[in-house]
Amino acid sequence: MAIVVQRRDYSLKGAESKRAEEKGLASAEWHASPIPRKTMKELMKRKDGPAIRDTLIWFIGLIILGTLAYMSWGTWWAVPAFFFYGLLYTTPGDSRWHECGHGTAFKTQWMNDVVYHFASFTVLRSATPWRWSHSRHHTDTIIVGRDPEIITARPPIWKILYMQLFHLYGGPIEIKRFILHTFGKLEEHEKEYIPASEHHKVYREARIYMLIFLAVIAACIYTGSILPAMFVILPTFYGFLLVLTFGVTQHLGLYEDVLDHRLNSRTFYTNRIFRFLYWNMNYHIEHHMFPMVPYHALPKLHEEMKSDCPEARPSLWAALKEVIGALRKQKDDPSYVVVKPLPVTAVPYRYGPNESYPTRSEA
Amino acid sequence: MAEWVEVCDDDEIDVEDVIRFDEGDRSFAVYRDDKGNYYATEGFCTHGKFHLSDGLVMGKQIECPKHNGRFDITNGAAVRVPACVDLQTYPVKVEAGTVFIQI
Repeated sequence: MAIVVQRRDYSLKGAESKRAEEKGLASAEWHASPIPRKTMKELMKRKDGPAIRDTLIWFIGLIILGTLAYMSWGTWWAVPAFFFYGLLYTTPGDSRWHECGHGTAFKTQWMNDVVYHFASFTVLRSATPWRWSHSRHHTDTIIVGRDPEIITARPPIWKILYMQLFHLYGGPIEIKRFILHTFGKLEEHEKEYIPASEHHKVYREARIYMLIFLAVIAACIYTGSILPAMFVILPTFYGFLLVLTFGVTQHLGLYEDVLDHRLNSRTFYTNRIFRFLYWNMNYHIEHHMFPMVPYHALPKLHEEMKSDCPEARPSLWAALKEVIGALRKQKDDPSYVVVKPLPVTAVPYRYGPNESYPTRSEA
Repeated sequence: MAEWVEVCDDDEIDVEDVIRFDEGDRSFAVYRDDKGNYYATEGFCTHGKFHLSDGLVMGKQIECPKHNGRFDITNGAAVRVPACVDLQTYPVKVEAGTVFIQI
């Protein structure tokens, strides 16, 4: 017999939003692992060097792969060349968008801003709306009705995940938003987290994006080839694979509606290449608990706080297996979550604003 | 009427650092900038209501620990989003090795 499961309302203006406020989950106090102030000050220190190095590697890599892709156009070698170009265009685009949005990647703020805007375009994210959306994501991480960045509801909507392998769900939504913003309008949910004083920036950025779009389309028409778009705009679709792969490991299969990042975020170990592409966001519990610590200090932060955290997953593959297994279980039991035991040295999990808060998410 | 209230010894705040100071039901953040000068503002970020004493002082700016919004500690001005509303500032003086704020 088929099981029919009622989905919760994940919109920011629905019943769940009000419910989260009533339960004391909105803008609440979260668990923070105890770290001495002196150590934390060291960890929070900003540097330009690591991000300049990584940005140069990124751009040089794009030029090399872009040249190979251009030279191979018209042959079968273009398939692997553009595949790797797309990965290198989009995966760091996502992680640089994220870190520079926090303003922690570079010590020098204008460098954060320049890379932020460039990276936002590579993943087709409106720079200002996503800055505010991400701010809300940090305030109310995976609180249903409050967090605008929950990838999929429970039970999971597999169609969205499959489409996102090529950015075919989020990409068209973003393009529709650019068009709306170009004409000086916002979506209703955007008004929930973008203050009015920032609206003019949204419209200006969208108009710049649209000019770039039109220039690329004009170049395609002029040359009679799709090639210009293969270097700008289309990579965000055909190169999205790792953005999704990394993205699903962050929170999926874990708790909703709790006030402890150890319960709703996932840390895993991975190799140096993936850590370069992802800018160490595999240390996701650490990042959420202390977003002021720059990406290059996250491995050290992990060492400082691991006695207060569940064991990190040993690899990206292990994290993905855990996510997919949990999502499959949530199909029949939306309240299913993965819970990892804490070491004896850890402060107990903080499920909610008070002792009586339930320890398993409600469907 | 505003009065001067003792906060701490002057060496209890490091250069480029901040401490929390609570007086009754009010909370403040008391800073030293990179030159060793003292400043005070209301304690909670105007954006997300997180206490600034867990933040990072860089030169003459404080960065909120939750969303990385920034304020100029000399005048309370919000200088980086998501902080958009300025902080209330308070006069500070150091006398005989003790820090006072006027609240």
